[in-house]
Parts: sequence; C-alpha cells; structure tokens
Amino acid sequence: MKKYNNLTATLALAKASFRSIMRSPSAVVFTLAFPLIFILVFGFLGGGGTYIDVGVTPGSDVSNPVMGMLEKTGMIRLVKDKSKAEFDKLLEKGNVDAMIDVHKKVNSAAYSVNVVYTSASRDKGGILKSVLNNIFYDKTLKPTVAEIKESTVKGREYKTIDFILPGQLGFSLLSTGVFGTAFVFLSLRQTLVIKRFFATPVRRSSIVIGEGIARIGFALIGALFIILIGHFFFGFTLVHGALTVVNMLILATLGVIVFMGFGFIISGIAKNESMVPPISNIITLPQFLLSGTFFSIEAFPNWLQPISTALPLTYLNDAMRKVAFEGLGLWDVKFQIMILLLWGIGIYAVAVKVFKWE
Amino acid sequence: METKKAIISVKDLVKKYDDFVAVQGLSFEVYEHEIFGLLGPNGAGKTTTLEIIETLRDKTSGEIIVDGFSVDKQPQDIKQIIGVQLQAAGYYPNLNLIELIELFAGLYGANIKPMEMLEKVNLQDKAKAKYKALSGGQKQRFSIATTLINQPKIIFLDEPTTGLDPQARRNLWDLIIEIRNAGTTVVITTHYMDEAEQLCDRVAFVERGQIIALDTPDNLIDKLINSGFERKKEVKKANLEDVFINLTGQEWRE
Repeated sequence: MKKYNNLTATLALAKASFRSIMRSPSAVVFTLAFPLIFILVFGFLGGGGTYIDVGVTPGSDVSNPVMGMLEKTGMIRLVKDKSKAEFDKLLEKGNVDAMIDVHKKVNSAAYSVNVVYTSASRDKGGILKSVLNNIFYDKTLKPTVAEIKESTVKGREYKTIDFILPGQLGFSLLSTGVFGTAFVFLSLRQTLVIKRFFATPVRRSSIVIGEGIARIGFALIGALFIILIGHFFFGFTLVHGALTVVNMLILATLGVIVFMGFGFIISGIAKNESMVPPISNIITLPQFLLSGTFFSIEAFPNWLQPISTALPLTYLNDAMRKVAFEGLGLWDVKFQIMILLLWGIGIYAVAVKVFKWE
Repeated sequence: METKKAIISVKDLVKKYDDFVAVQGLSFEVYEHEIFGLLGPNGAGKTTTLEIIETLRDKTSGEIIVDGFSVDKQPQDIKQIIGVQLQAAGYYPNLNLIELIELFAGLYGANIKPMEMLEKVNLQDKAKAKYKALSGGQKQRFSIATTLINQPKIIFLDEPTTGLDPQARRNLWDLIIEIRNAGTTVVITTHYMDEAEQLCDRVAFVERGQIIALDTPDNLIDKLINSGFERKKEVKKANLEDVFINLTGQEWRE
C-alpha cells in the first residue's frame, strides 16, 4: 500500500479552505473593505490638519509683519474682503474663529493688534491665542519680532494615516482571525464536514494546520493590500521600504495566529451560528475601541488605561506603528511580541480545553 | 452454497451511551463483493453500528475486523480501504464539485482525475456547480462519488435513497449495482423494504440494538410464507410504484 502523506492532505485542505475564503463575501468585507473604508475616510480627513480661520477686520493694515507671521504658521487662514456685518455673522456661528485688526501705533514704529475671539469657537480661539503668544510677548508687536525663536519639531511628518493604518490593519487581522475561524469550524462541525473528513485517513492536526495556512495566507494578502494602498495613495510611511513591509507581515502572521485562538474557543462554546457574532463581538469590540485603533490609548481616562494595556491588539498595533513609522526592527519590539506570545499561550491553552470536533 | 470470504466481521458489538444501550451484542459478517443491507426502524442502532465499523465512533466492547484490520489497532489502515457516505453530511462550503473531489483526493492521498470520478456518477455536466445547488438525487450520487475516490474495497451508504423520487431512487440502485459489479463490497442501510429486496444480496434486521434476522431476502420471505403467513390482499402483478414509473417514465430528471 502507498504510504499515506500528511503533507498532501494538509495542503489539499489549505487550498480548499483558501478558495472557500476568497469566495466568502463576509471574509472579504471584514478583512479588506472595512479597513479600507476607514483608511479612506481618515486618509482624506487627516490630509488637511487643523486650520484656524481668522477674519481680517475691514480697514486693518494688511501689509505688516504680523499678518506675514500668522500666514507663515501654516495653521491660520486669513479671511479678507468681507464687510463688517458679514464677519459678525460668521463670527457668531463660529465659521470664522476670530477677528484680527492691526494698526500702526501713532508716533511709533510698532503695531497695535486687536484680536476678537468668539465663544462659538473657543477651542480654536485657544489655539490662536497660544500662536499669538508665541509670536508676541504681548499683544503689542515689537519691531524686533523676527528674533522670536522658532523651534521646529524634529523628525518626519507624522500623518494621520501613519496612526490609522496600523490600527486598521490590526483590527482587520483580529476580525479575520476571530470571526473567520469561529464560523468555519462551527459550520464544518455542524454540517458534518469534519466527520466526513474523519472517515478519511487525514489527521486532526492536518485539518487545523490546513485551515490555519489558508487563513494566514488570506490575512497576509489582505494586509499587503492595505499597506500598499496606504503607501501609494495616502502616503503611509514605510521607513525601510520593503523590509518594513516584511517586518509588518511577520507581525501580522503572529497576530493572526494568536487571534485565531479566540476563534477556536468561540467555535467550541457557540451552540449555533447565530451565537458566533455576539460572542465574537465581545472579544473584538473592546479591542477595536480600546487598543489604539482610532485614538492613542494615552487619550483615554486613567481608569481605562489598564484595560487598554491588557489587550493583545494594543501590542500588535503598537509594534506595527513602531516598525512602520519609527523604523524599528522586530528585535526592538520584542516586548510587544512577548506579550502577544503570552496571550497566544493563554488563548490556546483554553482553546484546547473547549474546542469540539463533533 | 459456495463458501464466501468475510470482509467484515463483527462480534458481540456493544455500544453504551450514558444511560442508553444503543447496540447490545451484535454479531454478523459481510462477505466480499456483496450488497449487505442493515434494516430496521429509526433508533435501532444501524447508524451507530456503521459508524463504529467506519472508525468514526468508539465501541464499548466487542471485536470488529475489516479486511484483516482491527478497528482498535489499525483504524488508519481501515480508513484507507473504505469509502463512507454519511447520513445528511454536508461538504466544504463555497467549492464546486471538481474542487471538492480534488480536496478528497488530497485527503486520501489518491491520484485521480476529478472529471472521471464525476463521470462515474454521471455528474460531469455539474462539474462547476456547488453541492448546495444539486438536486437530492445528484447530491446522493456526488456523495457516492466521494466514497469511490480511494478505490475502496468496501463502501458504506447510510440511507442513500431517503427523500428521493422513484426515478432517482432506481437510478441510484443501478449505480450501486454497478459499483458492486466492479468488485466493491457495499454495506447499505435503508427503510425501504422494496429497495432492500431488489438491491441486497443479504439483509440483517436490527431491532433495539440486536440482530433479529439475517439471510437473503428470498429466504426470509420464504420462511415467512412457510410459517403460514398470507397477505390480506391478493397481490397484483404490479404495484402503484410500477404505475408511477410507467406513467412518468423511467427516464430520471434533475
């Protein structure tokens, strides 16, 4: 009798599973469409940055150093050529964040600057105030204004996409790992597909590994797609180019493997397919919100921080950002990798207990 | 009567679930190249018995030898020489028939041409269709095709004709007889006695986990008649199914 080949069986399963995933609309939507939509939205939102619209009071001197300084900050858009009445309305609605009026002081080389803020736009008014304070010691301009020292933040420009993309990538990996794995194993079990497999000489490990290969392969294609679109269309920073991409994909692989563990657990606890989404959401939603997918976790209140710093996705996101934007190597993010591995060990320990074949 | 070689031998098979004895001391043999029927009401233990022989379920006690291999010690060897069709089993989602056959070929380590397998069960036109899109008869024929991939010595068919219309049922009988004639032993369960009578070389009646009769259909019927049994109504030379087939045609449709 011909020797039975486990590798052939594993690869046949991987191929079948991969074909099946590629044809499954939900897998494609969760892995590619959702992250891309978020990246698209934030990519366009983030491009502009914050602007403060400052109206120039009619009659104000416009060819003075103050105006020049303000425009040079790159944050302030001067609005000119409107009547006093029009400005009052805009100011009231907060469409203009402040008004500025500059006049040469009588009998002096200095200028006097009057700024009017609006309560309709307090936060931007506050920014303007500090911008102005940076430029002047007080609101009376001295001719020596050019001496005011400007410090430029060193380093690369940190774009919104550089923050958003790794977070979306992490979330895409999380949903692929959790939802995909949970659904597939539950449905294979319920429709007796696995039982039929057991009537062939295939090993159980081949079934799990074959599925794993397919899911990891699919997740990596998705990740590569997201990274490339982010890079070429939204200027996502890849410090060391292709090497950075490879490092990110290695992290992605680790992430999917860990997250698939959640999927195995869910497929074991869920009694039917309609129980999969709620249980999966219990696992994915907190991580979606608290793991620094959209906002830096430093922005969260103190009592939330320990939760954030306990979640595995936090570490994947963190490692991804460090690798992509700061150009660190995998060894530099060994702490994050270690935490992920610890999660992995814990998750799979539970998975082995609760996973059901039949 | 010629001596026949047993390919499956089951001795004192017992299967207990927590508080329920599904199979209590079954013994029987299946001969090479025959169609062997396990008959009996639902819950009699037919499927449990089949699944134990197929190595899919553990037994409580008893001895089973399949083509010289013991289910306890050599389940992997048994899996390689049997083909299994499960009651109500599904197939991997989103794949078409050719891809499913390829998958099973990989699982069995068999080197076959998927299209030839489909031709065997007359499904070559449905090669690109999904399993879910098949009719009941086509689904059963596809299931049978997957049992033939590893060129098994024995195939197990668990209620393959349940829910099929008369044409599809006859069509499946022809297929099963063809497979037997090609040298494969067939073990089948069914609820339909006309089917067992036409198809099976020997049948075993299972009731409450025990075999209550085992013989050729002819012998079993003769025995009953010799005991003085008579049908209440005189049997006509045709029955209603013959009328149905005669009116709607032998040709079976999808």
